[in-house]
Amino acid sequence: MKIAVCIKQVPDTTDVKIDPKTNTLVREGVASITNPFDEYAIEEALLIKEKHGGEIHVISMGPPQASEVLKNALAVGADKVYLVSDRAFAGADTLATAYTVAKTIQAIVGEVDLVICGKQAIDGDTAQVGPGIATRLGIPQLTYVSKIKEIDPAKRRIVVERLLEDGREIVESSLPVLLTVMKDINEPRLPSLIGIKKAAKAQIPTLTAKDIGADENRIGLKGSPTWVTKVFSPEARRGGGEILQGELSEVVPLLVNKLMDTKVIK
Amino acid sequence: MAKLIIDKDTCTGCESCISACPFGALSMKEGIATVDEKCTFCGACVDVCPVSAITLEKEEKAVTIDISAYKDVWIFIEHEHGKVGNVSFELLGEGRKLADAIGCKLCGMLFGDREAVDRFAKDAIAYGAEKVYVMESPLLKQYCTDSYAKAAVDLIRKYKPEIVLFGATTQGRDFAGTVATTIEAGLTADCTGLEIDPETKYLKQTRPAFGGNIMATILDYPNYRPQMSTVRPKVFPMPSRDDSRKGEIIRETLQMTEDQARTKILEFIKGAETVNLADAEIIVSGGRGVGGPENFKVIRELAQALDAAVGASRAAVDSGWIPYEHQVGQTGRTVRPKIYIACGISGSIQHQAGMKTSEIIVAVNKDPEAPIFKIATYGIVGDLFTVVPMLTEEFKKRLAR
Repeated sequence: MKIAVCIKQVPDTTDVKIDPKTNTLVREGVASITNPFDEYAIEEALLIKEKHGGEIHVISMGPPQASEVLKNALAVGADKVYLVSDRAFAGADTLATAYTVAKTIQAIVGEVDLVICGKQAIDGDTAQVGPGIATRLGIPQLTYVSKIKEIDPAKRRIVVERLLEDGREIVESSLPVLLTVMKDINEPRLPSLIGIKKAAKAQIPTLTAKDIGADENRIGLKGSPTWVTKVFSPEARRGGGEILQGELSEVVPLLVNKLMDTKVIK
Repeated sequence: MAKLIIDKDTCTGCESCISACPFGALSMKEGIATVDEKCTFCGACVDVCPVSAITLEKEEKAVTIDISAYKDVWIFIEHEHGKVGNVSFELLGEGRKLADAIGCKLCGMLFGDREAVDRFAKDAIAYGAEKVYVMESPLLKQYCTDSYAKAAVDLIRKYKPEIVLFGATTQGRDFAGTVATTIEAGLTADCTGLEIDPETKYLKQTRPAFGGNIMATILDYPNYRPQMSTVRPKVFPMPSRDDSRKGEIIRETLQMTEDQARTKILEFIKGAETVNLADAEIIVSGGRGVGGPENFKVIRELAQALDAAVGASRAAVDSGWIPYEHQVGQTGRTVRPKIYIACGISGSIQHQAGMKTSEIIVAVNKDPEAPIFKIATYGIVGDLFTVVPMLTEEFKKRLAR
């Protein structure tokens, strides 16, 4: 099984704070991490490789410092990693990003059996790049995957479980296919000491727009139909913060009154 | 390539731009602002610079299209297990406003087998659609990415809508990306606000990013159409139903054969809980304070009394007390109920990202310093094992259950 895993470096939102004066995001000193959903994508690729053999190619598109997340991928056992980084990619929205990543897979990784992405990135939260990559590659997609039930490499077939709003769907697909995975699919491993040492020494290859043979009209700002016109802080919650004080025997009926008054509870 | 230009002579080093940048791309070097490769050319800094030292140079787009050919507002009518999703009706309500503002028609886009199409087209019209574009095929009976994307792409290419809105549900978010990529149009995910300029017909799409810590307003360049978004359920009110409304049904044939469908649904296993989190009006959630799997009984009893869904924090899920599908928050589900009752949940920024926009938030926690109290509408400081059963009893009494 040849597997491509697409990952993103994101700011660790545990550290994200709002500046009370300017009401904007404080980004200084915020650590960068591998997007949590992508950790599950890498782990799932490792599990599949352990069972069926093969090779794992991990791709990340981003600024030069995104090579850090690729080192982490190497440390846990990725076979090859690629940083797709070029000033020409700046300003890419989901359409241009999906094009760039798909182009990298086609030009550099070659024919694959599986592409695995996290469900979404925790900074943009769009969940659009995975389906975009599948469409560009001309392969089917299975999103919101919570379990791989069966892979039959010989019959070129996979069966997965997808987590929907009101239940689980068991779906079958032909290979190659793109999966976007959710949190409960596995438990990502920690890197071994040898893995960390190996990754620390590794040179991360960087691919430019030219290296992947990208059409300059389809990348970066130029290839993006959408643009951010305004960024602002969300409205503070109104009427918040009423702590009901007193004996519980009084406070509980008081709260029940307030909630019954909303007419939501019927 | 686009460029962000900072005029070194004009820049006063006031640092206003640095805090305005959502991407952390600006920093001070020798008292003057400088930009690095994290810049996405969003222009947030341009607006805040008090001395207009920053300019954004964007180049002309290569593609040009005839924008006047695109008209009407389309809503994707999603259905599952024999029922139209409420989000589709909510979008018909909001779509009405958009269509009226730019003087065009409001249309539904509906796929299914014969029975579903006939029934749900009536629903769409009753909620305000003037036209419903339908494709009817056994391949469209159940939602499937390939057949639904093919149907939507063909209809959009043929009839050229100005705007297409999908619910930001697993269904909408699964195939809207496929549709947008195929026709190479813009798609803005998970919107919570829509506004239209009646003159230019530009759709301002507002959405949360960074786990709800910032809001971004997004536009489509005029050389890409239609303008498409997925919109979160429960953002817009449910419009009223009027069965006397008349509408036109336009039928098209799906140009696809069974062997072209690359995926196949084998089985659907309904969730154990009766109410799902996305649709729930009321959610009762338990966190670390619950302390163990058997203790979730207290949370479930309150939920049962209120006919509510059961949620959980990441701490409770990661401890194995309750399955993942209950998790609310950044790595779980985003919910927007009318009432959210958080029991023994401290309220980390990640949990808040999934529930902050609930109408009323009730917090029950032992720790008066828990961050959840800062966003709670009502809070009770106390042990959940005392407070929650008292709430259950009181509600049962009032509701005569």
